[in-house]
Amino acid sequence: MSSTVATPAAEPRTNYLNVDYGWKSWVFSTDHKRIAVMYLITIAFMILVGGSFAILVRLELATPAGDMLQSETYNKIFTMHGVVMVFFFLIPGVPAVLGNFLVPIMIGAKDLAFPKVNLLSYYIFLVGILLTLLAAAMGGIDTGWTFYTPYSSTYSNGQVALAAVAVFITGFSSILTGLNFVVTIHKMRAPGMTWFRLPLFIWAHYATSLIILLSTPVVAITIVLVALERLFHVGVFDPTYGGDPVLFQHMFWFYSHPAVYIMILPAMGVISELISAFSKKRVFGYPVVAFSSLAIAVIGFFVWGHHMFVTGQSTYAGVVFSVITMLVAVPSAIKVFNWVSTMYKGDIWMTTPMCFAIAFIGLFTVGGLTGIFLGTMGLDIHMHDTYFVVAHFHYVMVGGMVTAFWGGLHFWWPKMFGRMYPENMGRVSAAIIFIGFNMTFFPQFILGYMGMPRRYHFYPEEWQVLNVLSTAGATLLGLGYLLPMVYLPWSLKFGKVAGKNPWAAKGLEWETDSPPTTFNFDKVPVVTEEAYAYPEGARHQPEAKVV
Amino acid sequence: MSSTHPHITPLKVYFLVFATLIAGTWLTYFVAYKDFGWLNTPVAMAIAIVKAGVVVLYFMHVKWQSRLTMMFAAGGFIWLFTLFAFTLQDYFTRSWMPLYQ
Ligand code: HEM
Ligand SMILES: [Cu+2]
Repeated sequence: MSSTVATPAAEPRTNYLNVDYGWKSWVFSTDHKRIAVMYLITIAFMILVGGSFAILVRLELATPAGDMLQSETYNKIFTMHGVVMVFFFLIPGVPAVLGNFLVPIMIGAKDLAFPKVNLLSYYIFLVGILLTLLAAAMGGIDTGWTFYTPYSSTYSNGQVALAAVAVFITGFSSILTGLNFVVTIHKMRAPGMTWFRLPLFIWAHYATSLIILLSTPVVAITIVLVALERLFHVGVFDPTYGGDPVLFQHMFWFYSHPAVYIMILPAMGVISELISAFSKKRVFGYPVVAFSSLAIAVIGFFVWGHHMFVTGQSTYAGVVFSVITMLVAVPSAIKVFNWVSTMYKGDIWMTTPMCFAIAFIGLFTVGGLTGIFLGTMGLDIHMHDTYFVVAHFHYVMVGGMVTAFWGGLHFWWPKMFGRMYPENMGRVSAAIIFIGFNMTFFPQFILGYMGMPRRYHFYPEEWQVLNVLSTAGATLLGLGYLLPMVYLPWSLKFGKVAGKNPWAAKGLEWETDSPPTTFNFDKVPVVTEEAYAYPEGARHQPEAKVV
Repeated sequence: MSSTHPHITPLKVYFLVFATLIAGTWLTYFVAYKDFGWLNTPVAMAIAIVKAGVVVLYFMHVKWQSRLTMMFAAGGFIWLFTLFAFTLQDYFTRSWMPLYQ
């Protein structure tokens, strides 16, 4: 064994993990890094819950007959899958885990601006989870994660009111995290850390936080109105009292379209970091990438009607929303072009995180482009509520956000826990995930285009081959996800000690210990250079490449 | 809230705001018994907006905050406006196309 990574001489330095082992030091911790770890554990649990529902859906769809679950049960299963994945994994995933851990460190701060509020947001999140699981245990909900009225407000027999309260409460957790990030990024940057020296990860989190602050209150109120309507027949969405069910969709998508950017923007921030570190180059067109995050945040608010082309929405409004939808794809495309240009002539090092980053670029591009199909009003009349939509949003959310989450988790794992993960295992799991993902979701584009509707559990025989392919792919994908869930915890004890900067990457987080001390830095860092200041033509150290 | 010099509002201001709010409530009640035709809703909304403005500026201290805080507070209202505007854009144009007549 060579000695590229020195084993610590005598005693490991005090860090945020070994400073105190008592359980109280965790559950009452206001350290952003410990809270990030608690979020990580919680979210890992939720992805297992959501994943189990997904397995049931895919198993049911392996045969054309509805032979495994009854229709009512099937409705509940896909609803729980959507609710758990969207509200308890996709939305908090990157910001609450990686963002919580890294935002203060990357800007050279000791903690977030409001550490206690940060802890509060975690417990609110936990309450939201418990109530959702309670709703599931008490009979579940069958409305789909979108809670459309009048079904949810008048007809459904499930635990809609309880689930609504759960989602309402969870929203506050997001809002508090977003608020914390905005204030921290405005007020707590280290000396010399100007706005245009911020890592793009920070820009992405800033834009995301703005979206969270401006949109989440709307969904909270909307969902409360549904609950009130069920309990007291207020009549906002009920035509018999002069209400309008389509109003629900306006209010819901006012949040939920921007919410898809809450999921993807932080992931894009991760990708910018990975691509730059493993190409050893400054991100091409840094200011443009930074502003494209803000552009997405703003324009993303004006396109929600593209979810409503086949409702009673006026044709005029549909046209307006369709045109603006074409615009919102521009900043996303800018990012893709800039990442690819960053890699051009860079010294590309195919580590696990880089494998995930490149997979992200491909999968997100497919997801984004098919979004354009759907945003085209005429075409969407045909595609709406088919498996084409399901394939589209899984390409962006699973192929995009989840892939970036894995990439980021591997990249910063040595920073978070001080140990390296097994590199070859990582590459293998990245490959399995990429193949399994495409096998699961590409057939769904074809199925949807041929007209297979979403949310039904029977289908004509001639679609079975593609459905079986999809179920087989899902099995592979699940395996790919389980692998890191095994080897990452394993590496906590058996991985190589990482050292401060195993990737020789730029950024304040790589200048502090791994794992960092409780207050991140021994003395306040002073920033003197732009982000990603790799010298022209920089190369990775050859010995570093042998991880 | 501001870390350097917290603003202390004289009690008098709070009582004045309170009086304004009570007066506004009374006014809303009063105009509810008058018929202004199509102006009924705009009048009620105008009173409500004045009341909300007073609460935001004085009770919530936005009047004494930095430009940045004001911008964020205004941002919330601008976004609320877009929610209304883009939703109404649908409702007001539903009769434009023969399909919906
Ligand atoms: C690149 C720009 C994008 C465009 C133009 C776009 C466009 C669309 C359109 C038009 C629909 C409605 C299809 C229908 O129901 O008939 C849709 C659905 C959806 N999109 Fe996208 N999209 C984009 C990016 C994203 C991203 C980045 C995400 C998430 C990370 C996302 C998540 C979703 C979801 C979850 C749905 C379906 C919601 C449901 O009905 O359950 N989209 N998209
Ligand atoms: Cu959308």
